[in-house]
Formats: sequence, C-alpha cells, structure tokens
Amino acid sequence: MIENIWLVPLFPLIGFLVIALNFRGFKGIWAGRVASVAVLASFVVSVNLFLQMTSGHEAQTVTIFNWLHFNHISISFSFLVDRLSVLMLLIVTGVGFLIHIYSIGYMKDDAGYNRFFSYMNLFVFFMLLLVLGSNYFVMFIGWEGVGLSSYLLIGFWFKNQEYNNAAKKAFIMNRIGDLGFLLAMFFILQQFGTLNFSDVFSKTQSLASGSTILTLITLLLFAGAVGKSAQIPLFTWLPDAMAGPTPVSALIHAATMVTAGIYMIARSNVLFVMAPVTMWVISIVGIATALLAGSIAIFQTDIKKILAYSTVSQLGLMFVALGAGRFTAAMFHLTTHAFFKALLFLAAGSVIHALSGEQNILKMGGLRHKIPVTFWVFLIGSLAISGIPPFAGFFSKDMILAGAFETSPLLWAVSVIVALMTSFYIFRLLFVVFWGATRQKEDPHHPVHESPKTMTVPMMILAGLSVVGGLLGVPHLLGGSDRIHEYLSPIFAASVAIKNTTTEISSQTEWILMVVPLLLILGMIYLAYSMLVKKPVTDERKQKSFFKDLAYNKFYVDELYEAIVQRPVSALSVFFHEVIEVKIIDRFVNNTGKLVIWTGKNIRYMQTGNVGVYLFFMVVSIILILFFNLFN
Amino acid sequence: MILGVLIILPLIFSLLLFALPETEKNKIIALTVSLVCFAGAVLMLFNFLPDPSGYPPFEVKLLKSMGVEFKFGVDGLSMLLVLLTTFLTPLIIYSSFDGEFKRSNAFYALILIMEMALIGVFTTTDIMLFYIFWEIALIPVFFISALWGGKNTRVITFKFFMYTLVGGLFMLAAIVFIYVKTPGEHSFAFSEFYKVILDPQAQKWLFLAFFLAFAIKMPIFPFHTWQPDLYYTAPTQGTMMMAGIMLKMGVYGLFRFVLPLFPVLTIDWGFYAIILSVIGIVYASIIAIRQDELKKLIAYSSLAHVGLIAAGVFTRTFNGLEGAMIQMISHGVNIVGLFFCYEIIFRRTKSGKISDLGGIASQAPIFAIFFMIIMLGSIAFPLTNSFVGEFLLLLGVFEYNKILAVFAGLTIIFGAVYMLWMYQRTMYGEPKPLTAGFSDLTMREILILVPVIVIILWIGIYPQMFIGIAEPAVKTILQINSGLIP
Repeated sequence: MIENIWLVPLFPLIGFLVIALNFRGFKGIWAGRVASVAVLASFVVSVNLFLQMTSGHEAQTVTIFNWLHFNHISISFSFLVDRLSVLMLLIVTGVGFLIHIYSIGYMKDDAGYNRFFSYMNLFVFFMLLLVLGSNYFVMFIGWEGVGLSSYLLIGFWFKNQEYNNAAKKAFIMNRIGDLGFLLAMFFILQQFGTLNFSDVFSKTQSLASGSTILTLITLLLFAGAVGKSAQIPLFTWLPDAMAGPTPVSALIHAATMVTAGIYMIARSNVLFVMAPVTMWVISIVGIATALLAGSIAIFQTDIKKILAYSTVSQLGLMFVALGAGRFTAAMFHLTTHAFFKALLFLAAGSVIHALSGEQNILKMGGLRHKIPVTFWVFLIGSLAISGIPPFAGFFSKDMILAGAFETSPLLWAVSVIVALMTSFYIFRLLFVVFWGATRQKEDPHHPVHESPKTMTVPMMILAGLSVVGGLLGVPHLLGGSDRIHEYLSPIFAASVAIKNTTTEISSQTEWILMVVPLLLILGMIYLAYSMLVKKPVTDERKQKSFFKDLAYNKFYVDELYEAIVQRPVSALSVFFHEVIEVKIIDRFVNNTGKLVIWTGKNIRYMQTGNVGVYLFFMVVSIILILFFNLFN
Repeated sequence: MILGVLIILPLIFSLLLFALPETEKNKIIALTVSLVCFAGAVLMLFNFLPDPSGYPPFEVKLLKSMGVEFKFGVDGLSMLLVLLTTFLTPLIIYSSFDGEFKRSNAFYALILIMEMALIGVFTTTDIMLFYIFWEIALIPVFFISALWGGKNTRVITFKFFMYTLVGGLFMLAAIVFIYVKTPGEHSFAFSEFYKVILDPQAQKWLFLAFFLAFAIKMPIFPFHTWQPDLYYTAPTQGTMMMAGIMLKMGVYGLFRFVLPLFPVLTIDWGFYAIILSVIGIVYASIIAIRQDELKKLIAYSSLAHVGLIAAGVFTRTFNGLEGAMIQMISHGVNIVGLFFCYEIIFRRTKSGKISDLGGIASQAPIFAIFFMIIMLGSIAFPLTNSFVGEFLLLLGVFEYNKILAVFAGLTIIFGAVYMLWMYQRTMYGEPKPLTAGFSDLTMREILILVPVIVIILWIGIYPQMFIGIAEPAVKTILQINSGLIP
C-alpha cells in the first residue's frame, strides 16, 4: 500500500489537469465536484496510510524516478512516508476537502468558478509534494509550487490591480525566503553530498553541535520559513493576501501553506537542535512576530485582516515552540490551529456572504440570531483559539507555554501576553459582529441570510474538530495519555537524544503554568465583554491615541519597506538605464565609433595628390627616425 | 553524413529562394526545409544517444587546402545546440506566416542561410571554418534587421555590425597567431590547436581577443549596448534568431576555445569574468524592472540570464558547465516563446508599450495560460526547464564563491519582480482601448506555442536525457582545461 503513495498527489494533479484543460466545458458546479472528489480520494488513501503508521509500520521512502543524476550529484524524485508526513497529509487533504466542499457553495456565482477549482487542486498537489518529499529538493518544488498557487489565488479576481499587487507581493516575499532555502540546499549538498533527509540527518550527527556550517544552514532554511510562514521581516504579505477569496484564506493562508515553514523545521529537527544559535533566533523572531501581529490585530476593523494577523501571531507562537525544541508542541498547535483557524475563516466567509461582501466589522452587529449556525461555530472557534478548556487550542497552547517556560521564564511571560491579546482580539471580533445593535445597511434584495448546507456542514465538522482536536494531546497531568507525543516520538527521537534536557518541571509548577494564563484569559474575555457589549460600539479610531494609531496603521512597516527597498531599487533602475547605460557605456561606444570616423575624415586630407606634401612628410619622418636612433 | 545534409540543404534552398520570384510558396519551402533539418537532427540524436562520449564521434572530411579542412564532428555540446537550432528555426519561420514581409523570398532565404551558418559554427572542428561560419551568420542578421526592422533600424544595425565585426577581427588575428604555432604541418584543426603551448605573455592578449569576440556576441556586460536596441528594432523573427540561437555562439566559443586554450588564464582571470557576469545579472535585472517597452524588457531579461550562463562557464566546475549547457537550451526555447508572445500582442494591438496594455487575460484566457507557463519558465520556476539550468549554474557559482552566489541568486528574486510586474500590467486588470477586442490564439499560434511548452516542461520534469547528452562533453572540456588530456 505504501508503494502507492504516488496516488496521493496524483489525484489532485489529475483534478487540476481535467479542469484546466476543460475549463470551458464544465457547466454548473461540476468542476467543484471533480476537484472535491480528487481531494477526497487523496484523503481516503491518507487515512489508510495513517492506520498503517499507527499499527506500527516503519517509515518508508518510495522513489518515483531519478530526477537528475550525473557526476556525483544524484537527486531523486521520491517520497517519504512516515508519521510526520502522514499527519500533514491528513491535515492537508482532510481540511482541504472540507474547504473544497465549502467553496462549491461560496464560489457558486463566480464567473471564474472552474478556474478557481483548478487552482485549488493545483495547490493541493504542490502542498502534497512539499509534505511528501523525501529530500529538500522535492520539498523545494512543492515549496515554490504552493507559492505559485497562492499567487494565482490571491490575484484570483485579476481585474482588480490592487489584488494583483497583493499577489505579486506574496510571491516576491516568498521568493526572498526561497533564495535562503536554495542557498541552504547548496550548503547541504556541499557538506553532505546529498539532499536526502535520512542521509543528511544521520551525517549531521557526526558534526559538532553549534558548528558554523550547521548554524549557517539552519539560518538559511529558517529564512525560507520566515518567507513562507510570514514572520518578521517578511510577514506583510499575509494580511494583503486576504485579497483572495475567503476559502483560499482558510486553506492556504491559515491551515496549510503558511505552516509549511513549521513543518520544514520540524522535519529538519536534527539539524536545528544542533544549532543553538539558530534556535535562539527562531524563538526571538517568533515571539517578536507574535507580539507585533497580535497588537496589530486588536485595532484592525477588517474581519479577514484581523484573522490574518491572528494567523501571523499564532505562527509566531509555533516558532517559539520550535525554538524551544518542542517540536511536538509546534506540530500539535499546527494541527489544532488548522482546525480552528480554518473554521474561523470559513465562518468569516459565511458572515461576508450573508452581508453581500461587507468586511468591515464596525458595519456589522447583532448577527447572533440572524445567522445562528455561523454564530455558534464562530463562538467555538473563538473559544478554541483563546485556549479555553476543553477546546483544542487549550491543550496545544499549554504545551507551547510549557516549552517556553523551560527555555526562559521571560519567553513564557511574553507568550502569555500574546495569548491574552489573542483572546481579546478574537472576542472583540465576536462581540462586535454578533452582539449589539444592527449596524449593517439592510438591502431588501439581499436580506441577511444563513449560508447553504454546502457551507455550513464543513463548518460544523471543523467546529467538531476544534472541540475534540485537543484530545490528541491531553497532558499526563490531566490524566491524558499525550497521544500526539507518543505518535511523533520516532520522528523527534534523535533530536531529543541530542538535546538531552532532563529538567523536569514539577507538577506543581505545571499546574500554575496552566491555571494562571487561563484565569488571565478569562479576565481578558470579560474585559472585551464589558468594553464592547455593555457599552455601544464606537469607531475606535475616533479616540485618538499614539499607540492605537500606530497599531491601526500596522506600525507603518509597508511604508518603511517602500521607502528603504522599493523606491531605491526603482531609482536605481532609472539611474542604471539613463545614466550608466546611455550616458556612460553607450556614449563611450559611440565616441569610439565617432573617433574612427573622425580620424578617417581627417587623415583623408593628407592624401592630396600633391607630391610636394608627400615629400615633406617623408623628410620629416626620416629626420624623426634619425633623431630617435641618436638617443637610443 | 546527416550532418553534411543539415548544412548543405538549407544552403541550396536558400540560393534557390533568392532565385525564385516572390510568391506565397516561398514560406512553405522554407518551412519544409527547416522541418527536414529538424528531422535530420533528431535522427542524428538517435545515432548519438547510445554513446555520447568521445570527441568527435564522426568526421566528414570534404576538402583540404591550406590547412583548412572541411571537418565536422559532434559531441554533446554540439548535439544540443544543433537540436536547439533545428528545433527553433521551423518555429521561427512558421511564426512569420501571419506577418507581411516585402521580398519574402529574400527574407526566408536569409533565415535558411542563418540556420546553415549556425549549424556550421556548432559542428565544425576546424577553427578557420568556425570563423567563416561565424562571420556568415552575421550577414543574414544584418540584412534582416536593416531591411525589415523598425524605426532607426539602419543606425542600430550598423552599430551591432561594427561591434561584432571588431570582436571577430581580433579573434581572427588570434586564430592566425596560434595557427602559426601549431606543430608540424600547420593545421586549423581544434585538436592541433589544443596541443599548442603558448607563452604566458602571448596568452594574455590572445585570451582577450577571444573573450572580446564572445563577450560581444552573448553579450556580457559592459559589451551589451547594441543588444536592447537591436532586439527592439529588428523584426521579431530576427530577434528570435539572435536571442534564441545566435548568442549561443558566444557561449559555445567560451566552451570550445577559451576554456581549452587558456587553462591558466581561465583560473587567473576567470574571477573577473564572473564578476562582470554577475554585475550584468543584477544590472540588467534592475533595468528591466522599469522598462515600459515589452520587447526591451525581454531583451534585458535575456541579458540577465545570459550573464548567469557566462558566470557558470567561468567557474570551471562540473555543475556550472553542465548547467550552462542545459540553460543554453532552456534560454533559447524560453526567449523565443517570450518574443512570440510579444509578437502575438503586437499584432493585435500594434503596441508593445506595457502601459498601453492590460486586461488581456479576460479577453484571451488560452493565451494567458501559455504566456504564464512561458513566463514561469523564464523565472526558473521548479518543474520548468530553466530551473534545472539555473539550479546547476547557481550551484556551480556557489562552489566557486559563496558571496558571488548570493548576488547571482538575486536573479531569482529580480526575475520574479520584473516578470510578474510585466505580466500583471499586460494581462491583468481591466481591458484598455487597445486590448478591448483582443482575440484569443489562432490555431497557428497554438501550434507554435505547444512545442515550446512541451520542451519547457520536459526539461523541467525529466531533464535526465539532456543532462546525459551534455555530461561527457563537460567532462572532456574540463579535462582539457585542467591539462589532463592534451
């Protein structure tokens, strides 16, 4: 069965080709059906693989063909089936399938319906390559491939140039990170002579921990992750990416693609554990991003932008976990986040759908009773992301906080602040949108309506997962068995052995670490409640304050980049072209030509045909020659 | 034998075309001849594939006088370039079918002469013959640009002519100089040239003479100022010939002469050549960002990509050379695809100004898909051809010098910047007056673009066949360069 792993990416590839080659042929919702079935088929195979993994099947590499083989380079197109990749398969195809179904309803009336689904299948195909690759090379193909699909889907409504700019920005920022990834591959090839995960990791262990080459490789790989997972300084593309249709935001920019950086580092855990400097960098970048994005999210008014900054912030927390060497915690949070963040986005899409495209939360209100299903699932998602037990986010966030505490109490404290911000901005969103007075303009032709079944059922399933997803990793402290830890232990065994930290936290401390943040979070929710439900909502921007203004304007990071990167490059472009190209190089060339012509023109006058002049030149020359000989 | 046919057939038919009156049949004749040549090259490939090692696998001796021999041979490098030439020529000829050319018989005759000269350059093993073919190849380009070109074409073409003629003359002087030093009965054969031991002082100016000729042809920064203008003003078929095939003569020359003849200097001075190339990559990419003329933008992108190829050759690493060979093919195919996309837009809108364009994707979705794939090929997207080439090239530069690799690697970022920006402004957005009635691809246009896309994906997904053809040639050239075989 594992030999048939190629089926998993093949289904969406076929789906993509069938729809793309026949994009005028499909009528109605057929393209949506084809695309969904393709992903479902992959999901079924993935479940089967998962069952084999849990029943004790060993990890296995399946080679499809030799991509490149010459001199002493050999790169094969091969897949690695192990517990980690299968977990990702389940998330990608499972959540992917639900979002495909949702999209059938959401995109129903869009002129680009067929194109949409072909891109979605293309994305799933590349994401599966990324996840399944058994070497950095195949991973890189998927890595760039998801970047392309993301580009195509962000700019899906391509008549709007602003959306196109967002798409372009995403692609280019990703490419900046990709250069890091590419250089990391070169270093790996040079150091280890191979790009295969298993060979690289086994050879790594013979190097000294903290050696320069490992630090360099891991920092470059991390640069790739920074681009893909939208961390400082390359995070600004993700909020802009909300220009794409909402299901895209849910699938690509929340649940799957943006978590590729987390996956890649977890996959390379052996390399990273042996580079303590990089681990610190990851922690610092992660926590800084989480804090920055969290504080921006509090002051945004666009429902999707709030969720986007929330995603950036949550990804930052995952990086904190990675930096602390808590790979399982990162993967666990990745999983639960995929459930509840996809849910929140789909629910947000349902709200936008109900209000015929309105995205400003200040123009929404009191929707609790008008779209009850959406309200309830949104509430579940909010509880899950805030980390209220027994919802999914509680357990995964707890695991991350514990990891942060192990690294440094300060890191833990800041992480708790991020968690508080999370609960505040998400409940602010919830209260403003679903409570209070009705602020939206009622359009008699499009009354506020609950979404159709194709949209609500996937949301309900995701809501279910957001409730029970945490059970994968109930800590021993609460009498659970921490199943995800056990499931992933073979993957992280080597790095755990290298790290060799046996600092056990006492169960008393563990209780405190769990309960204190929880009480604070509950307090935060109450604060949001008293600020936004008890009093009427006002446009916060009217209450001027320096920090608010700064956060509302996203700390002017975009403007900063424009000033220090875009404009100088643009000016340089003009300078190169108009000054260096035309005025220096080309003028030099033309003047050389002119000199030749000028010389020819003037020398011509010497040939006058007058014998006297010739004789004169002759005599002068002879005298000169004699003169020179005299002095030599 | 096939090789002889490949050279003689276009020559005969080109002379015939000159003699024929101007009729519609001329283009059919030219197309047929070029297709037969392509079939011949494929046939040659089948003879070649079982044993791509050794140089030269076969020689056709036709004539010998004054040490000039009509000798031809094919190794992996030649094979790839012959395939490229014969593959692209029919596409270029076919792409002209919708255009209107006065004196069309002369136009097609010149293209066929060009094909003959290019095949000659890539396959002869006699350096004097190489020089002759090299200069012959200049003539059709000159006339095609001068006679069928756009505004200001004579001045620009003349500049190009002078540029490359000057380079050629220095090369000729260097060739004669070395010829005199060949042992025994003097000979122009490559193999004899490789045996000559040159004193270090003479090597220096000989190196410069060869380098200048090839640097102008490719072109390498700062010898490039003829290129953007000429690509812009020449008829698109001429531009395709130049960018797709002709500039590979320069790279070929680096492989064939600079590396084998000047082992020491390629070490000592190769560094500076790589610096120039890398400057060219960044310089051309940055200029491309702000170009409003679509054709010039493509021209500058070509300059950037060729810079990387040159850098790869001078690294003298296995990966760099292998990558350069693969990338020559990929670049040729992609650049012809890009210029053809330009042609498609220009035919319908009569404008190549990006700011006049926009919204084409909604009018012509099929064209949008083709253009997108070719653009992805050009920005080295994985699973397309130039990713294979640029991956190996950058790896080669990396093995040579890590800092330079970072700068050379900027090409993957800048490439995305200017190409996506260009694509966005021409294809996306709302249609403008000029693009409002943009009709989708005709059958003929599809027939031209499909082979281009097939090659882009073939090399991108399964490059092993092409890698295998190039590998023994790379090995041999590196061995000669490092003095392992004389």
